[in-house]
Amino acid sequence: MGNVVLVTGAARQLGGRFVRRIQRDPDVDRVIGVDAVAPEHHLGGAEFLKADIRHPAIARVLAETGVDTVVHMDINGTPLGSRGGRASVKETNVIGTMQLLGACQKAPHVQRVVIKSSTSVYGSAPRDPAVFTENTPPKSLPSGGFAKDTVEVEGYVRGFARRRPDVAVCVLRFANILGPCADSPLAEYFSLPVLPTVLGYDPRLQFVHEDDAIDVLRIAAAAPRRGTLNSGTFNIAGDGVLLLSQVSRRLGRPTLPLFLPTVTWAGTAVRSLGITDFSPEQIRMLTHGRVVETTQMRETLGFHPSYTTAETFEEFARSRGPGLLPPASLARTVDRLAGVLSARRGASQ
Amino acid sequence: MADAKVIPFGEEPRARRKARRAGHGGRGTALAPVPEARTDPEPPPAPRPTGGRTLDERIAGGLAFLRRRITGDYEVDDFGYDEELTDQVLMSLLRPLYDKYFRVEVKGMENIPAEGGALIVANHSGTLPLDGLMLQVAVHDNHPAQRHLRLLAADLVFVLPVMNELARKAGHTLACAEDAQRLLERGEIVGVMPEGFKGIGKPFADRYKLQRFGRGGFVSTALKAGVPIVPCSIVGAEEIYPMIGNAKTLARVLGLPYFPITPTFPWLGPLGAVPLPTKWTIQFGEPIATDGYPAEAADDPMLMFNLTDQVRETIQHTLYKLLVQRRSVFF
Repeated sequence: MGNVVLVTGAARQLGGRFVRRIQRDPDVDRVIGVDAVAPEHHLGGAEFLKADIRHPAIARVLAETGVDTVVHMDINGTPLGSRGGRASVKETNVIGTMQLLGACQKAPHVQRVVIKSSTSVYGSAPRDPAVFTENTPPKSLPSGGFAKDTVEVEGYVRGFARRRPDVAVCVLRFANILGPCADSPLAEYFSLPVLPTVLGYDPRLQFVHEDDAIDVLRIAAAAPRRGTLNSGTFNIAGDGVLLLSQVSRRLGRPTLPLFLPTVTWAGTAVRSLGITDFSPEQIRMLTHGRVVETTQMRETLGFHPSYTTAETFEEFARSRGPGLLPPASLARTVDRLAGVLSARRGASQ
Repeated sequence: MADAKVIPFGEEPRARRKARRAGHGGRGTALAPVPEARTDPEPPPAPRPTGGRTLDERIAGGLAFLRRRITGDYEVDDFGYDEELTDQVLMSLLRPLYDKYFRVEVKGMENIPAEGGALIVANHSGTLPLDGLMLQVAVHDNHPAQRHLRLLAADLVFVLPVMNELARKAGHTLACAEDAQRLLERGEIVGVMPEGFKGIGKPFADRYKLQRFGRGGFVSTALKAGVPIVPCSIVGAEEIYPMIGNAKTLARVLGLPYFPITPTFPWLGPLGAVPLPTKWTIQFGEPIATDGYPAEAADDPMLMFNLTDQVRETIQHTLYKLLVQRRSVFF
């Protein structure tokens, strides 16, 4: 079980890390990384096959290598590197998943499929409950962008699970993954010197540490441990919640509150200039926030993240270097003020 | 109870009203507890001159608070509730309104359990949801355990900027069964006003007439969580903005459930948004236990309707009782 593992999206940081990690697992005999481009990082001795999952060739790869576990990590919000725009990303996400699942359906030896999804399937709307569980129906379905991709991908995965009931299918809905080398749009946003925010909203955010993401993918890709079940859909997030205002203060980056229409307009302008990928659903997330319930992750999947949301963020902030208003120096200023005040009062008495 | 009519203000001359009050003085005091009888949970902090110590401590406390805030070193829960900010800032901002302006008198605080969840069901009125905020201060300041009330608010609150942020930080959340149940299961005191916009936006002529209680979803939520329902009647909030008209077209254009027209509101501009200084009474009734029902009871519509009616009747009767005891709208 779990002898031959195929990992898609191996050219990305997270995919590469996952390949290197499971390569060291004693239960795993062979790891095959797949991506459309060759990775810049090493894969720790794992095989790499340059194959585009959007093409039917992936079926041949599956048939020839006798893969029994497929870890589909090539579902992303941003293009890899500078090449390709939103269209090719969407194609990889949706058509790629369709092709891959089609290939899996034809491959009798596939026993386990793990999908790296995202909590963006829930959307972000003011009329949603404050905390999403795995079976909360979203009030407003994401209308486009990565969020819509994930909704469609999950739809195909459900179809696949119906057609191949013998395959264990595990969908992991990750909250925002952060870590020292994360290259997500959110990480990019947090690197801005001044964070534009939406005036009058303070979204609640949840983060998952990269290490935890790798660990939970390993749990999902291996045979279930005693008393746990690793097929189904699970929300993956660190404990606790951070508000965007807290996040900016902990990062030491000042915020620039803008009216919502201005933000939307500026987002479109920036996007058309191609500076960053600040998509509408990203703006919605930074307006209304999103919090998911992780009881299933703990009790059914048996995974306990080692980093809370706050710890994940602390780690991330450390890797980013101080901003314009480092919290440590602000704290020092307040302490100095306290010292001056108490000295004054002492002198006046 | 049918003769329990509201005393419309401005109808009789001040002198007559004063005379009547003087004549009824004995009866009034016999029925209504003395307004000053409300015991302050905490004595006001000692004035500065005697000991510079308290002031020093206060400065130090304030600076520590500032330090935590500007470095982001504080906690919020899953709902975005910022307990520190609520206690230190938001409550202090509301307290003058609560103590000095509306002079809220609270009765029946012993009906709120010292620990564990409870669902407080209150009437809703006043054009702007000040009654919810006052209820929150009332529970926190008068309960021996200083419990925090988590209000369920309309979705409009979470659509509007600034309101969204403040409501989440003050511990409010969207009025939906999921959120309510999650809070109740965590052992929080949850406040709900099931009349919703029908209650808060009703014309002045309908004051103190309870509207339909939604579909009674709050009862099944309380039943599922097995927590008691505490009926709560708020008197005084109806008269803060006497709504004599509703500009429905304008409301539709602005996407609001109603657009109030009061004797002062659109005419005096922002000055019209100043509420009338009415005297408030908040009475908590006897809790209605829900833990005696079997698990499937939450799916029994008849039981739900009966319990909803029971809660509604209790609140309505208490409202009438309080109105009879009330000497005047403003005192």
